[in-house]
Amino acid sequence: MIELRNVSKWYGDFQVLDDCSTMVSKGEVVVVCGPSGSGKSTLIKCVNGLEEFQKGEIQFDGISVGNKKTDLPKLRSKIGMVFQNFELYPHLSVVNNIKLAQLKVLKRSKEEADHKTIQLLERVGLADQSLKFPAQLSGGQQQRVAIARALAMDPIAMLFDEPTSALDPEMINEVLDVMVELAKDGMTMMVVTHEMGFARRVAKRIIFMDEGRIEEDCSTDEFFDSQRGVRAEAFLSKILHH
Amino acid sequence: MQYNWDWGVIFREPYQEWIISGIGWTISVSIAAWILAFSLGSIIGILRTTNNRISRRIATVYVEIFRNIPLIVQMFLWYFVFPELLPNDAGMWVKREMPMPEFTTAAVCLGLYTASRVAEQVRSGIQSIGQGQNNAGLATGLTTVQVYRYILLPVGYRIMIPPLTSEFLTIFKNSSVALTIGVLEITAQARQIEEYTFQGFEAFTTATVLYILVTSIVMILMRVVEGRVSIPGMISLGAK
Ligand SMILES: Nc1ncnc2c1ncn2[C@@H]1O[C@H](COP(=O)(O)OP(=O)(O)O)[C@@H](O)[C@H]1O
Ligand SMILES: [Mg+2]
Repeated sequence: MIELRNVSKWYGDFQVLDDCSTMVSKGEVVVVCGPSGSGKSTLIKCVNGLEEFQKGEIQFDGISVGNKKTDLPKLRSKIGMVFQNFELYPHLSVVNNIKLAQLKVLKRSKEEADHKTIQLLERVGLADQSLKFPAQLSGGQQQRVAIARALAMDPIAMLFDEPTSALDPEMINEVLDVMVELAKDGMTMMVVTHEMGFARRVAKRIIFMDEGRIEEDCSTDEFFDSQRGVRAEAFLSKILHH
Repeated sequence: MQYNWDWGVIFREPYQEWIISGIGWTISVSIAAWILAFSLGSIIGILRTTNNRISRRIATVYVEIFRNIPLIVQMFLWYFVFPELLPNDAGMWVKREMPMPEFTTAAVCLGLYTASRVAEQVRSGIQSIGQGQNNAGLATGLTTVQVYRYILLPVGYRIMIPPLTSEFLTIFKNSSVALTIGVLEITAQARQIEEYTFQGFEAFTTATVLYILVTSIVMILMRVVEGRVSIPGMISLGAK
């Protein structure tokens, strides 16, 4: 469903992505990890065209993301994305955060959008918070709303960029639980995270990035059964000690 | 110093009428200029935040030119020089037939000048929201125009209420520069009353009080507006 072939990207002289190739099949959960600054965010933002890349090709559901003629808004509406800092719209209530793109992009009727929104809020366990504003919610609640907002578009794949890194420890699980459910329902997911417990439970494959390169791309079992390289080893020992 | 106070002067005709008409012109020039400054300044400020290099460049040049030439110089340029630069017919029309030439020139000049200042407020207001919100909107399939329309501008203008209020108050004070090209606004009228009656203190005190009065009304109004559109749970929008 998601296919990257020899993707390279530069910021001026600085190469952020170096010849990255990988694939995420339908229904697969792939975890991307690696040190800060290794290019993980950049990589997944390339998948839905939030970042441009200069070399290589990315296909999503058979459509070339880098092609100038691709209707990016339409493509993006099929890919849900969740950010480290939630990025809920501060001036809109929870309900309206989830409804906005349903109304403006999918052109759903108000009734349809309301119906869908209530369903999703129940799914992420926030039906009672629907009239609040983002600033009135805890971080964990905000991130669950953000997931609901992405799901409202009925995406065929989801991208997560460190969805729990900005959360207080006690709120991490409420968000991970929603993500595990989503994985179990067969959602195609590409997840940048350092939550190795989550990776072990639901990821089919793990990608390890370092300095813009995909250093490891192997099954979860292989990754944890210490067939990984030295850099991945060093990285893993660092985060597991925390 | 021998000075014969006579507060009565400001209530006698024709001086009372001059004062009323003066404050009327001050308010009219300010509002007309503000409508232009706000609309044009918003467009230019928004252009400065877009990805299109050419429109960004044009907007930047506009801001640099209009912000850096003193207002009074701009006033003279528009009034005396600009009509001469136009093709004959158009120049003649501006000088002879344009309705209320002083008023129009003053409002346009003040509006164009203030637009450059408004543009800077709009730009920094939008930029303070950050790339994350933009990405979040785009990621759901909204177009760039929709992201501005439904996310960046509604949040941005809320952040901008205090600085834009202060720009409006500045326009109001700057409108006195219009007297240099013959608009009989409140400062010009105060001067005229002084010349006719030698009661300069009374005349200028009245003008000052009227400025403060209007300024206070505007500030109170904007406080109310700010309260009306404030976002629940949000203490400071710009802080993020
Ligand atoms: N807009 C940008 N301009 C220049 N360099 C950038 C920009 N965005 C990110 N980078 C650099 O690219 C590298 C990869 O960033 P990122 O993808 O955010 O890493 P990660 O998500 O793995 O922490 C970092 O070194 C970062 O400083
Ligand atoms: Mg990152």
